[in-house]
Amino acid sequence: MPEQQQEVDPRRSERLDGRTALVTGAARGQGRSHAIRLAELGADLVLVDVCADLPRIPYGQPDRAQLDDTARAAREAGADVRTVVADIRDAAAMSDAAMLAVNELGGIDIVVANAGVIQLKPATEIGPEDWADIIGINLTGTWNTIAPTLAPMIDQARGGSIIITSSAAGMKGPPNMAHYAASKSGVIGMMRSLAAELGPHGIRVNCITPTTVDTEMVHWPEAYALFRPDLESPGRDDVVDIFASLNVLPVPWIQPSDVTDAVAFLAGDRARYITGTVLPIDAGTLIK
Amino acid sequence: MSAELPLSGRVAVVTGAARGQGRSHSVRLAADGADVIALDLCGEVATTDYGGANAADLDETARMVRALGVSCAPLPVDVRDLSALSGAVEQGLASLVGDGDSGGARHVDIVVANAGIAGGAPIEFMAAEAWQEMIDINLTGVWNTLKAVVPSILANPRLPTNGGDGSASVILISSANGGWKAPPNLAHYASAKHGVVGMMRSLANELGPRGVRVNTVHPTAVDTGMIHNDFTYKLFRPDLEAPGRDDVVELFRSYHSLPIPWIEPSDVSEAVAWLASDASRYVTGVMLPVDAGLSSR
Repeated sequence: MPEQQQEVDPRRSERLDGRTALVTGAARGQGRSHAIRLAELGADLVLVDVCADLPRIPYGQPDRAQLDDTARAAREAGADVRTVVADIRDAAAMSDAAMLAVNELGGIDIVVANAGVIQLKPATEIGPEDWADIIGINLTGTWNTIAPTLAPMIDQARGGSIIITSSAAGMKGPPNMAHYAASKSGVIGMMRSLAAELGPHGIRVNCITPTTVDTEMVHWPEAYALFRPDLESPGRDDVVDIFASLNVLPVPWIQPSDVTDAVAFLAGDRARYITGTVLPIDAGTLIK
Repeated sequence: MSAELPLSGRVAVVTGAARGQGRSHSVRLAADGADVIALDLCGEVATTDYGGANAADLDETARMVRALGVSCAPLPVDVRDLSALSGAVEQGLASLVGDGDSGGARHVDIVVANAGIAGGAPIEFMAAEAWQEMIDINLTGVWNTLKAVVPSILANPRLPTNGGDGSASVILISSANGGWKAPPNLAHYASAKHGVVGMMRSLANELGPRGVRVNTVHPTAVDTGMIHNDFTYKLFRPDLEAPGRDDVVELFRSYHSLPIPWIEPSDVSEAVAWLASDASRYVTGVMLPVDAGLSSR
């Protein structure tokens, strides 16, 4: 063998061993996908989900069994896991969730503020309760998720990564979701301010803005009907072309795992100097 | 190199590959399994106040890439010379070891348009030649790079239009200071780096339906010779007679939310590697800052 100089591997590890993550909306969909990946990367987890249907939200919510399924998958991947059934509008419950991480899992290093809901309604039909629900869950609930983690994270003095799931609708203004767009734009402002404020502590804060993701949040009869008013009872196949027309890349929607790939990147040291950013995972819809 | 690496069998073209960020990107993509066509001027630029890379620098990049078990085609070329660039891409593809997916010809999968120069002056002191050279290299040079590479990309059998199920990734290196914000004394640099964003958006729309992703990366100050030179120190600390590295630390730190003055080339390379890989298969048209919070403050 010719003598060869020893090269250093330039790849930075994406491992999250020894870190604890709080993930909301973890019972299914994107949140479950994020939770399992973070577990596979070595993180311990506090998983939160409301696990109950919500009035005025036009599609069903997951149940306790689904949250337990996520927890089981995460444990099989090696994680120490706690589950919390809570509505993120409940600030006291979210404070307890953060304390669970601190007291039982060694601290809090990563927050994935993923829980959120949508309604599709013309502005003339958005009532005060609708507005309060969407803003209360998507915006105030995100605040409730993050706020109680900040003091422990600062006290730990080992940095941290906060990832907020905004939406392409937080950057553009699609019709029939004024309250949803307001909530998703709102978290971007929250993110920027927190990034500037927490940066000196080495805590990074970023938003991701997915395009349509192939989950229960998108696939419900009234949504299909809104997109295809020309059809009697439209189904999934009937909205493929319309959803594809919103994107630049030739896909109608993306998979939860595509969003998770971005979450995993932002969570770890590969992104150690990325903060204050809005990262679209949107097949180009923002620039279309 | 084992087949399960994320970029195994793919070809990356990197400009400005002889040193600094370009070398770091080349080596990082090689570690993920990509073969690299490493391009660099390997010479001096008339209007910059710091020295250019040389052929030995590019050879060292090639050595580092090959040490990772992949093939490298290091070629000296000026991004201002479109026909030379096209020739270099062709020559590079022909010289890479290994068969392509189509059983012979290799195709470009990844482009990192990284080559660029830095400078700065108040407009009343900025020479027309400095403006022109900045635009020629940092803006037209990026267009030339894409013009030279896109034919190979569009013929790539991995694209859906050619029966594949993959995507190609075009990564344009813009800037946080020049391509997102625009501080004083950088009119030429900011024009070029903002121009790259417009190019990115138009091409993302144009090439997206064919499965080609186009994104920009916006680094803050990177710990390379591009910022660490007497000219830059003096530009930032005109109050000092002969400022050095230590004299600009606090100033550079003050631009950031995170408590650091500058980032490492490897920090940019991690973002480049992520955008190059299938982990970002639905990410296109995106401005991705790697800037310690500079652009969001």
